[in-house]
Amino acid sequence: MKQPSLFGRLGMRLGYRFNLIGLSALGILLLWAGIALFAPRIIPHSVGEIVDTDYFGPVSRDLWFGSDYLGRDIFSRVLMGARYTLGISLAAVSIACFSGVALGMTAAVAGGWLDTVLSRFLDALNSIPSKLFGLVVVAAVGSSIPALIATLSVIYTPGAYRFARALAVNVNTMDFVVVARIRGEGLPYLIASEILPNILGPVLADLGLRFVFIVLLLSGLSFLGLGVQPPYADWGALVRENIGGLPFGAPAVIFPSLAIASLTISVNLLIDNLPSRIRDRSAE
Amino acid sequence: MRRQVSSLVVRRLLIALITLVIVSFAVFSATALLPGDTATILLGQSATPEAVEGLRKAMHLNDPAIIRFLRWMAGLFQGDFGTSYANNVPVATLIRGRFVNTLKLAGLTAAIAVPLALTLGITSAMWRGTLYDRIVTIGTIGIISVPEFMIATLAVLLFAVYLKWLPALSLTNEVKSFYDLMRIYAMPVATLTIGVSAQMIRMTRAAVVETLNTPYVEMALLKGASRPRLVLRHALPNALGPIVNSIALSLSYLLGGVIIVETIFNYPGIAKLMVDAVSTRDLPLIQTCAMIFCLGYLALITAADIIAVLSNPRLR
Repeated sequence: MKQPSLFGRLGMRLGYRFNLIGLSALGILLLWAGIALFAPRIIPHSVGEIVDTDYFGPVSRDLWFGSDYLGRDIFSRVLMGARYTLGISLAAVSIACFSGVALGMTAAVAGGWLDTVLSRFLDALNSIPSKLFGLVVVAAVGSSIPALIATLSVIYTPGAYRFARALAVNVNTMDFVVVARIRGEGLPYLIASEILPNILGPVLADLGLRFVFIVLLLSGLSFLGLGVQPPYADWGALVRENIGGLPFGAPAVIFPSLAIASLTISVNLLIDNLPSRIRDRSAE
Repeated sequence: MRRQVSSLVVRRLLIALITLVIVSFAVFSATALLPGDTATILLGQSATPEAVEGLRKAMHLNDPAIIRFLRWMAGLFQGDFGTSYANNVPVATLIRGRFVNTLKLAGLTAAIAVPLALTLGITSAMWRGTLYDRIVTIGTIGIISVPEFMIATLAVLLFAVYLKWLPALSLTNEVKSFYDLMRIYAMPVATLTIGVSAQMIRMTRAAVVETLNTPYVEMALLKGASRPRLVLRHALPNALGPIVNSIALSLSYLLGGVIIVETIFNYPGIAKLMVDAVSTRDLPLIQTCAMIFCLGYLALITAADIIAVLSNPRLR
């Protein structure tokens, strides 16, 4: 038998087996997370400082990703942009999944009219195209960062609800839940101690996918000029700012796009290559 | 049996109708949150308070929100979409031409994407696990992971900047020949096709693979049927329902896609109209465009639902 690699052994000690694609995707994600955390310390130039005499400058030794439409350093702006893209998306996905999963489990366990009303209402919200929803709400409440987080989490709560409810309904019919019910346990205990541990794996995988959707929607909104507003810029806003450089094939357009792609593709690949023990725990 | 099916379909349609009412309420309340008083916006900052009050009365802005909502709904049903604030033209007139443009874009995309995606999806399921299948799978994951504007910018970079085959912007008013038409539609349609196909390929492949795992396909394999025969003769007819279902679902991706694509290519469609309306805060126009989009989306989802019910006797 082949000797497992260092990471493979590490994974086995944890009880999980990762493959190479999953590991490299995880590596890229950790890299971006580190960059988002330490961005202000590692950027070579200040984000507002004009460092190049030329606009849409090429890649050079000093300016790794070239310069933008004002001659600012794109490398530093992409590193700082990671904070907005990752931070806003992470906050939104946490709120969306927390409320969606909590509501979904409550609906599944409580049943009755609460379940019907909640499902009907959230399903209706789910049948508004997300980009359109974002467009209308952002037009209404504006695009400050808290408003963006709130909008994005409202848009993705119904999906998380539907997913969690479907899983919880299955668990809810199992014998140990019936036993707990007969024992006289209340709704909070049933949800937290009986249902949640049994749906956690798939819910976390779903959280990852939803994170990708949110990153894409946030970038799309920023690209339309309705997302993160100057002087701050996430990756979508960076593409929008520099779209004028597209006819010259400027690196200022290409690198922020690549940053988005590297993040979203990594999350998708990581989830696709998760050990099935984590992903399909409920299917065991 | 027959009656049971039709009652199920009627039930789905009823659910869709209820959903539509909730959706229109959501759209109405979201736009009602728009800051600023409509009458003040219309009359400008210099208007006297009396004039503003008069206009508020004339436009029934002082009524409770629920009355305004019901009046708006009644108007929609009678084909009265209101008047645009920005240029005082009936919304219906503004939308008509734009709507046809968007339908052309969507229709053309569907005409190309559906055959393309079905071919790729079915063949990659047929040769599952081969290099070809891996390339298709990785390609579709890559495409669904990136934002639409990135596909569009890459298309512009490739075809307009490096190869110089196509113009970077599309304007429909200077069409003189079929060749012009091709050049103008090529980039928006290509961008949308790539996005829609990626979704459709994934779902088609999953549907066929699922049928390939059934005992009767294994039986066909054991009796010595060839791979194409296995897929085309035994698996495909049973996967047809899920496939048509996935086509309808993937086409709903078009609705999000056109918003980006029409903006980036400056295509005079209804999505561009709506993005412009958002920046000018043109309330009736936003509401009507939003309702058109929601209606289209809902129609596709409901169609997918009904097809799934009709094609699978176990769901009936």
